[in-house]
Amino acid sequence: MEVDQLQRSFLEYTTSLFREGFLDGQFGQLQMLQDESNPDFVVEVVSLFFEDSQRILNDLSITLNQQNVDYKKIDANVPQLKGSSSSIGAQRVRNACIAFRNFCEEQNADACRRCLQQVKQEYLLVKEKLEALIRLEQQIVAAGGAIPMLNEFS
Amino acid sequence: MSKNGVFSRLRRLEKVEGVDEYEYANPSCDSDEVHVLAVDDSLVDRKVIEKLLKITSCKVTAVDSGRRALQFLGLDEEETASVGFDDLKVDLIITDYCMPGMTGYELLKKIKGSSIFREIPVVIMSSENVLARIDSCLEEGAEDFIVKPVKLADVKRLKRCMFGEGRIPKQERAFNKRKLQQDSPEITNAPSLDENALSSPSHSSTSSPCSPRSFSSLPSTPCSPTSLDSPTRRVKVSDDS
Repeated sequence: MEVDQLQRSFLEYTTSLFREGFLDGQFGQLQMLQDESNPDFVVEVVSLFFEDSQRILNDLSITLNQQNVDYKKIDANVPQLKGSSSSIGAQRVRNACIAFRNFCEEQNADACRRCLQQVKQEYLLVKEKLEALIRLEQQIVAAGGAIPMLNEFS
Repeated sequence: MSKNGVFSRLRRLEKVEGVDEYEYANPSCDSDEVHVLAVDDSLVDRKVIEKLLKITSCKVTAVDSGRRALQFLGLDEEETASVGFDDLKVDLIITDYCMPGMTGYELLKKIKGSSIFREIPVVIMSSENVLARIDSCLEEGAEDFIVKPVKLADVKRLKRCMFGEGRIPKQERAFNKRKLQQDSPEITNAPSLDENALSSPSHSSTSSPCSPRSFSSLPSTPCSPTSLDSPTRRVKVSDDS
């Protein structure tokens, strides 16, 4: 595929992710930080996010599977996920975490379990999309092109 | 550090007390870079803040806890600057608020409670835009409070406000220093440093003599209508989604 086409696909895809709320301005910030000295910056941060999130989601599953749910653990874990998703611009994951936190305060185990499912779902969605985005980036670079940037985020 | 005996430890302590003139007398220290100690338990956030700082030409040491930060500064539980990381003078500490173990607020208090390090500006980062939290940090002596997620504009503003557009020449820096002793102790070369306490691979071993300059208060940043009326408060409130 030609570089032009790839770049256009990339821009279209990125735009749709922003429009649908999967990503927000913070992701744009990360893209801006990527440069020749660190051309894999976005991939590195996103990979860290995946690792970190997986760990937290696993911990949360274990905690919520207990007979006596330890809400302190949930209260420690959910903000971590909220924070890291916020830092990479994974808006929907972040919003799901906010809802989760509220139910955790109420100590409503069933609601928390539903929230966890919601967070997991949003996480898997954004993971899939980010992976697709990164693949497109890699295709562009492999074809000798530069990764275009959107200007529409703060 | 392990090969240095008591004698060099004493020498180091002397140097730490006379740290100001040591820096300016040391001819090998000519780095213009601002050295920032970043503290955050989140791996993702550490990576991002490190990049943000590097891109604004700061030297960065990133650690994952308040405890490590204190160790790096040489201000661990013994409350004495016994570890001499003299060559690695920190110009700014930027720390997350919510951390397990020691919070950013507690770290702030420890730093401000230290006669040696209290002049280092401390900036708090937090994802929670809680007025009471901001207040208590500023009251405890924090220089600024940034609402996460941290953006490039935040870091640029910080750097610009605290350290100016360019570096102040050495003579002026010396003049600005609080303590300028007339009878300085004999200056010797720094002993070799033990780097195993550091968690960040980005840590540089070159010397960085930059001390915190005295600076005028930061320009106030636009705040949301619900916040602050005190003229001493300088808070960036996130106004986007």
